Formats: sequence, structure tokens, C-alpha cells
Amino acid sequence: MTHHDEGKEIQVGKKQEVSGATEHTRSGPVFIPPVDIFETENEINLLADMPGVKSDNVDIDLRENTLTIAGEIEPLEQGEEEDLLVEYEVGRYFRQFTIPELIDQEKIDAHLSEGVLKLVLPKAEKAKPRKIEIRS
Amino acid sequence: MFTRGLLNFPTYGLRTHFEELDRMRRHLDQVFQQVDPSAIAGGTAGVFPLVNLTETPEAYVLRAELPGVAGEELEIQTMGRNITISGERRIAVDRSAKYHRREREGGRFSRAIALPGEIDRDKISATLKNGILQVTIPKAEAAKPRKIDIK
Repeated sequence: MTHHDEGKEIQVGKKQEVSGATEHTRSGPVFIPPVDIFETENEINLLADMPGVKSDNVDIDLRENTLTIAGEIEPLEQGEEEDLLVEYEVGRYFRQFTIPELIDQEKIDAHLSEGVLKLVLPKAEKAKPRKIEIRS
Repeated sequence: MFTRGLLNFPTYGLRTHFEELDRMRRHLDQVFQQVDPSAIAGGTAGVFPLVNLTETPEAYVLRAELPGVAGEELEIQTMGRNITISGERRIAVDRSAKYHRREREGGRFSRAIALPGEIDRDKISATLKNGILQVTIPKAEAAKPRKIDIK
């Protein structure tokens, strides 16, 4: 069953910047995309807000237990534009997660639309809960 | 999958050191605003969505990050020099699933921005691409810079 947040007003949130230890070799800001992660019986779903990223500029990598998502952006501004008001900054996106479940790597599905990345990570057979019948 | 990963250099980046300084200044502005909320005049209005405004000799360009907002959910209105962006961001919630993180926010929003000069309201155009709204607002003839030849 799905429902929507209705009527509520969105609070303004500052983009969170990657800080400190994660070293990036490139200059420019790197942001942590906000995510929703939810789990159903058969899969783990991840939604990440990455405005400005095109589908061919996303990197998704799952090795061992670490899931990495990274997104590149292309500048939108044309050369002759002058800033009048700058409330948010633009930059790349980077975030890592530890996924404790076994994931069926072959069946990972990734989809990017309207600046939102949707990842479906199907659990591997072994990791799915199995109901054990008790015979009497 | 990760080949074009972290090591190769971008075409995008900070163009000059001045931009880096500019960034620092904005950061500081934001810090001061948190300390003193009455000093809001400079930085953000604290209303969703945050916007960036630029100008060219011909037009103002307004941008906002609106990931997951469909074009039909968005309304742009003008009144005099003011432009209002309003709409709703719908975040579907699967109630049967177990949530580990819920950081993405849904809800309604409305933001008004006053432009610094006269605009040509009939020629405003807007695009929504990859979650970024871009509104191009041509300046009124009277507001465009004009070069005057000296005889």
C-alpha cells in the first residue's frame, strides 16, 4: 500500500557536503544525496535525489558489502551569465552504504528519472527468509 | 562499472581561485545567518526551493533543484516583477516495507522571487530537466543595457 505526504509543507534543507576523510582527487564540492532506503521481503530499494545528473553520468558499484553511488553533473550556466543570487551550490554526488544482505548482483536494476535515482537490489536466494514448516 | 570513477578529472570544476573564495564567503554568510536569523537579507530566504538567479544582458535565468517533481505538479506565475514557483513534491511511501532511511522530503511548496528589473512577461520560458527547473525570463526592452555611440 502506498500513500503520499499530503498537505505538508516542505522545509528548506541545505545540501550536505561530503566532508573530511573521503578523499576526492578532483576539486569542487561533493554532496551527499538524501536517500530513502526500504526493504521488502525480496528486495532492497534505494531512492536518491541527485538533481542535475543524467542517466549516463551515474556510477553504481557493489562490491563486498559496500554499495557506492556517484553522480557527475554538467554545468548549466552559459559563459555570459552573472550571478545575482546564489542559494545553493552545484557539485557531484557521492555516497556509500553497507549492505548486510546478500544481493543478486546480476539482477540489480537502476533507473534515473527527474533527477531521482531508483535502485532495486534483489536479495539473493540465500538471504530470503524461508518459512520452515513444522510437521507434527 | 566504476571505471569512469573517481580518478579522471572533470570538465566541471571551480574555474578560478576567486570562485573558491566566493564559495567560502557564502559559507560564512550561511554560518552567520544561523547565528542571527534576522540577518537573512543576504543569503537564502529559507523557503523551499532554494534558487539561483543569474542574468545575461538579455534575460534573467532562475534555477531550482526539484528532483522528483513532475512538470504537471509545478506552477509558475508572474505578477509585475515577481515570479512564483509553487507545486508539490510527492514521495510515495510503501507502508508494507521496512524503512532504513527516510531522508527525502515530500510536501507542498511555494516560493516568490522579486526580480531586480522589468521583465517581458510574455516571453518567459521554463524547462524541467533531470530534476532542475530553469526559467528564462527575458528583460523588458527598457531594462536591457544599451550601448550609446559617441559621435
